[in-house]
Amino acid sequence: MQTQEHPSAADAFVADDAHAHWHDQALWFIRAKRDKCAHGLPEWEELRELAAQIKQHTIARLGDYLEQFERNATRLGAVVHWARDAAEHNAIVLKLLQERSVRRLVKSKSMLTEECGLNPFLEQHGIEVTDTDLGEWIVQLRHEHPSHIVLPAIHIKKEDVGELFHRELGTEKGATDPAYLTEAARHRLREKFLAAEAGLTGVNFGIAETGGFVVCTNEGNSDLGTSLPPIHIASMGIEKLIPRLDDMGVFLRLLARSATGQPITAYSTHYHGPRPGCELHIVLVDNGRTKLLASEEFRNSLRCIRCGACLNTCPVYRRSGGHSYGVSVAGPIGSIVNPSRDPEKHRSLPFACTLCGSCADVCPVKIDLPNQLLSWRKRIADLGLIEPSKRRLMRLAGRILSTPRLYAFAGKAGRTLLRFAPRWVVYNRFNPWGRQREMPLPPKESFRQWHSRQSRDDKPSSS
Amino acid sequence: MSSRDHILREVRRSLPADAPLPSLDRQWTRYEDPHAQFFEILRGVGGAGRIVAGEQQLREEIDRVIAAIGAKQICSVIPEATAGNVDIAAIEDPHDLASVDLAILPGELAVAENAAVWVNGARVRQRVAYFLSQHVVLVIPHERIASNMHEAYAWLQQSADGGSPFGETTWGTFMSGPSKTADIEQALVIGAHGARSLHVFFTKP
Amino acid sequence: MRVGLFIPCYIDQFYPRVGIATLRLLEHFHAGDIEFPTSQICCGQPMANAGCVADARPAAERFVATFRSYDYIVAPSGSCVTMVRNHYHGLVADEVALAEVQAKTFELCEFLTDVLKVEPPAGRFPRRVGLHQSCHGLRELRLGSDSELNIQPFNKTELLLANLEGIEFAKLDRPDECCGFGGSFAIYEEGVSCMMGRDRIADHERGGAEVLTAGDMSCLMHLDGLIRRERRPLRVLHVAELLAEALGLPLTD
Repeated sequence: MQTQEHPSAADAFVADDAHAHWHDQALWFIRAKRDKCAHGLPEWEELRELAAQIKQHTIARLGDYLEQFERNATRLGAVVHWARDAAEHNAIVLKLLQERSVRRLVKSKSMLTEECGLNPFLEQHGIEVTDTDLGEWIVQLRHEHPSHIVLPAIHIKKEDVGELFHRELGTEKGATDPAYLTEAARHRLREKFLAAEAGLTGVNFGIAETGGFVVCTNEGNSDLGTSLPPIHIASMGIEKLIPRLDDMGVFLRLLARSATGQPITAYSTHYHGPRPGCELHIVLVDNGRTKLLASEEFRNSLRCIRCGACLNTCPVYRRSGGHSYGVSVAGPIGSIVNPSRDPEKHRSLPFACTLCGSCADVCPVKIDLPNQLLSWRKRIADLGLIEPSKRRLMRLAGRILSTPRLYAFAGKAGRTLLRFAPRWVVYNRFNPWGRQREMPLPPKESFRQWHSRQSRDDKPSSS
Repeated sequence: MSSRDHILREVRRSLPADAPLPSLDRQWTRYEDPHAQFFEILRGVGGAGRIVAGEQQLREEIDRVIAAIGAKQICSVIPEATAGNVDIAAIEDPHDLASVDLAILPGELAVAENAAVWVNGARVRQRVAYFLSQHVVLVIPHERIASNMHEAYAWLQQSADGGSPFGETTWGTFMSGPSKTADIEQALVIGAHGARSLHVFFTKP
Repeated sequence: MRVGLFIPCYIDQFYPRVGIATLRLLEHFHAGDIEFPTSQICCGQPMANAGCVADARPAAERFVATFRSYDYIVAPSGSCVTMVRNHYHGLVADEVALAEVQAKTFELCEFLTDVLKVEPPAGRFPRRVGLHQSCHGLRELRLGSDSELNIQPFNKTELLLANLEGIEFAKLDRPDECCGFGGSFAIYEEGVSCMMGRDRIADHERGGAEVLTAGDMSCLMHLDGLIRRERRPLRVLHVAELLAEALGLPLTD
């Protein structure tokens, strides 16, 4: 991951104006599809409220539900593993594969495995890993990270995919037709599915009551990856639990509508123990989730079902792209969960936001994202991680804006400068506002000066 | 201390105040003509199908699909639809289904709100038939339709009759339309890795 | 009733006409005794939103001390009002005083519609108006329904303007996308901020707006800065100014 912070990465993204607008439009289109679904379902807001309550309840009893899930999953014949962190998760997966002499693994989309850096780890140990979600495969071939949690290749144009496939698959040079390119991918990946010795998936929802879990895709890749090889490994964040099978009704009605504006994904597969004669391993992963759980301010972020709606609606994400966040999960939710891991590295993320509040209103589980982003800003300031010039500016502003004499002086000085100083004094490199924007037109007097004159001249206002 | 114990300890150390689990017993959207709703959505997600009355009509529809696809290798678990020439019951290794052009398979329950069909392989030995076949046809009894997902899950629980809703099988899928992707510049392409086409036939006697 | 007029710091210093319009509107709608307590300065939001809570505390304390005795506190600013109503916990020592003040602090439009319960006034403003939905007012104060939620549509600001003779509202592609100001975001994430601002302006222009208005001068300061730098032919007015002009209220001495 890059070491650049969000502002400079975002500035670079914005500099390619055509691309930035194209990216923004592509994601806005998905937001608009979500809106159509949401406004078309009379019980939409009720569903969101229920989902929020179900997740809140689950979080409050997470210990019990984890044990119930493990018990039931085990009874069904799955093997449940527990990983404290990314390294342990990766080691568990590697061991499972090595013990079974697996050299060829197919994977369906799992942001958790991105978070853990599983692919490079396995590849270092000589295992061929194929990401089978088309978007994930495209970024894998490009040696890139996904830029969106649901639409991994949203930042890539079809011309670039055409070039990539020409190099890697031998498709026609210059071909850009998505159907043609997808067909080529279908053929190549079909070979991978048939040759795979193990399949790894994420988990959308783990059901405590039954010990089963659900994986949702549009492509059918996770189903092929788990119906052909004899070993299925499922990587699951501990927060992905829900209590009852019936609760799935609520979440399946919300997930795809929120994510892509579809009523449901093409496949919502319920795994209820291993295939006959085969193995099923579930790896439960903490990797910082208990840390979030321990924080009153950020605990609600564990409700997240990784739908991506907050990314699609965020005007900043749309205009800066997932890569400018430098993390596997970008956008508003990413700006909350990542600083928990490393506040210094990710200190710019909670500030990559205007606190517009749109994310909170599209979140299917009603996470109070803007409040948490604001809380992170306070934490980052308390940790002394705000850049010194900004700290000084805020300290100065705080004094001026609470001291009448200083305030009156600063205001008068500002207005005088704007009225009488030559342009080059006002608009220069010391005035960042002035780079692309005009300063306010300076009035002759402030409101309070005007009001004071009125009060001198006549009676105080009343009616 | 094992990782399991460590994680559970960390979890239990930090739990917030208990919050109630809400009841799902609400007035959910229902459809007067659930089949009409089902087909409207199915068309929207790239699927096709209709209601057929009697075995003759079903056979005719299937023959039409076979001809349209040019299907050579056909696997059918619905003998009244067509016999097929790939006997799935005899297949031990799921990989052996790789050359199936068309699979005619049972669906257990349709869901009107999103054109999903619950399939669970209760009568299909190899689940991969639903995904590996180039084309899939689902055959469902006409009356097996729910308005929404809540009704669908209630039906699953009920039909389990006190047992596990998954019965003997270890999986089930809600399939809605053929497989698809929009990963290349958001252009919708039908037929990603799973079925290139999905037909759904509701059968009346 | 006694109404304390809160004129946010930057409006006081750089946009006094907005303050005058606010005062005139409150007088026009018979809001009782309206005072401008001169000890006021700032709600503290610029510092608080940057995470610098300690630097915001003195401003917040001053606000509560200044306005505590009034029956209502009214400000032509959704973002300042939400700061007071929703983000003052931990900034003010006396929690009883704080709660009292929070319960009676209102943004101008919601004060007119919800407290004074005015009828949408008659007046004249024969222009196509681009109504920008300032985010804090929209999604925190719920001055209107946003495009995200499936709820009965309503908009307090638009309601107040709806009866004005000749007024038309520009149809927007994105009715409530953020303008990109965001406080210090405007400086520290300049690239995205200005792109967002330009996109809003373009949307209003496509909708044929002649006048761009909003309930928050901060949004308008940012948009106007871009408009004037790029010499776009849009006139920028705070809603208070627009309404005061439409009603023929005096905005000069």
